[in-house]
Amino acid sequence: MSDVDRVETDSSNQSQNESNNMLVVSDLSVTSQNKRILEDVSFKVKKGASLAVVGPNGGGKTTLFRALLNLIPYSGAIKWNDEVRIGYVPQSLVSTDLPILVEEFLRFKHRTNYETCISSVGLDKAILRQSLGSLSGGELQRVLIAWAIVDNPSVLLLDEPTSGVDIGAEEPIYENVNHLKREAGITVLMISHNMHVVMHYSDYVLALNKGVLFYGDTKSLTHSQLLSIIFGSEFALTEEEHYKE
Amino acid sequence: MLDTITLTLGVIVGIFVGSTAGYLGSIMVSRRMALVGDALSHVALPGLALGILFNFNPFIGAFTFLAATVIVTWYLQKSTTLSVEAIIGVIFVLALSIGILITPKVDLLEALFGDISKITLVDTVLTVLVSLFVILVVKKIYEKLIISMISKELAVANRIKVESINLIYLLLVATIVAVGIKEVGTLLVGALVIVPAAAAKNISSTLSGYSLMSAIFGLMSAAAGVILSIYVNVPVGPLVVIVGTVIFAGSFAINSFSKRLKAKRVSSA
Repeated sequence: MSDVDRVETDSSNQSQNESNNMLVVSDLSVTSQNKRILEDVSFKVKKGASLAVVGPNGGGKTTLFRALLNLIPYSGAIKWNDEVRIGYVPQSLVSTDLPILVEEFLRFKHRTNYETCISSVGLDKAILRQSLGSLSGGELQRVLIAWAIVDNPSVLLLDEPTSGVDIGAEEPIYENVNHLKREAGITVLMISHNMHVVMHYSDYVLALNKGVLFYGDTKSLTHSQLLSIIFGSEFALTEEEHYKE
Repeated sequence: MLDTITLTLGVIVGIFVGSTAGYLGSIMVSRRMALVGDALSHVALPGLALGILFNFNPFIGAFTFLAATVIVTWYLQKSTTLSVEAIIGVIFVLALSIGILITPKVDLLEALFGDISKITLVDTVLTVLVSLFVILVVKKIYEKLIISMISKELAVANRIKVESINLIYLLLVATIVAVGIKEVGTLLVGALVIVPAAAAKNISSTLSGYSLMSAIFGLMSAAAGVILSIYVNVPVGPLVVIVGTVIFAGSFAINSFSKRLKAKRVSSA
């Protein structure tokens, strides 16, 4: 039984366990235009843990995040820890048509913390004087992470944060998120299609396809099981055969 | 020839309307909604015509039509898949046609291109107060507008009510267009929103510089247009647009020159 789904029967232990949880989701369902997008989804995330949300396209991953951010109506219960402060990192859907400096952008969120945040996401302070539109995909994504952490959140929600980023630039971003998780004790929830990322940077996996396909410790999964969850069993078989060869 | 008082009032109106329209325009041009600003101004014509026909302040008629258009556009954009450009495009041609049909022939030229000689002290005071109000409200919602322009997702996640902020912004554009009509005319007032901001964008590298330059260029275009109208016997509207376009051409040239200079430095390094 994994740490996240362990059920405590003793009431004092239970309340302590609850305070250790950053998020408890029970029987979450979302319906849009008479179509069920999410059905009876339940899971918990402990403080300081990282949860990867995986699953096929249309499986409800982004809808789950939207519900967690209270942006859409849902049934069931989403209980965040009382002291939660959420930092959200979107996919690279950013319009950079404006002549706006990185510094100006970050100052919108916090007047003073932004210099420290830029350093903590592994960027040089000189980038503050660069235009947001002149950044590479990797730099922009780090600036968005800096935006998310500038007001000291306790939770980071990352919605495929490297979807528009070159393959080589992906790894440092996740390394950085992992560093923030370790150093600042930030709880991380991330949507990812990247098996390597899920295996290396998440403690737990939640696989969704409307309902929960899998929920548990990342270490309990083999690569092929994870591939099977993310892409379907056919692909996993092909990959296994590929490895045999 | 205009008397000194009318000219002074015209310059004051120009300074306030020009700078406010330029400031608002910096957001509109970056939202790639430049044509919306232009088309929106034409929608004021039927309201203006009703004001002339029934002898009430044309500003009220123009503002009523503009505000109604903004609300209808905002609602249709929310509830259909039509773009703002398409919706305003339809409403604009309809409003312009109705406006031209009902505006008395003798007043049509003035309605289309403005007439500075008709500006009164009451108009000037109204313009100053309305412009200050618009600037204050924009300042209040400025950060939210910019964040929602950069990423709607990011804005929504930060609890910004994107749709409401957009509606407020478009109503502010409608307001400044309505006050600018008397001086510049319904056909050209949209240019006060677009041209100064487009010119500022050519030479701005920071957001603060961009919004400031947009306001300054708007002020320069409108004030210079009014002053020039003393020397050439044409309505202020076309002169404001010509001055604005000259500024735009200048900023475009500066931008091209600095880009070439940078490229030269890089290649020689």
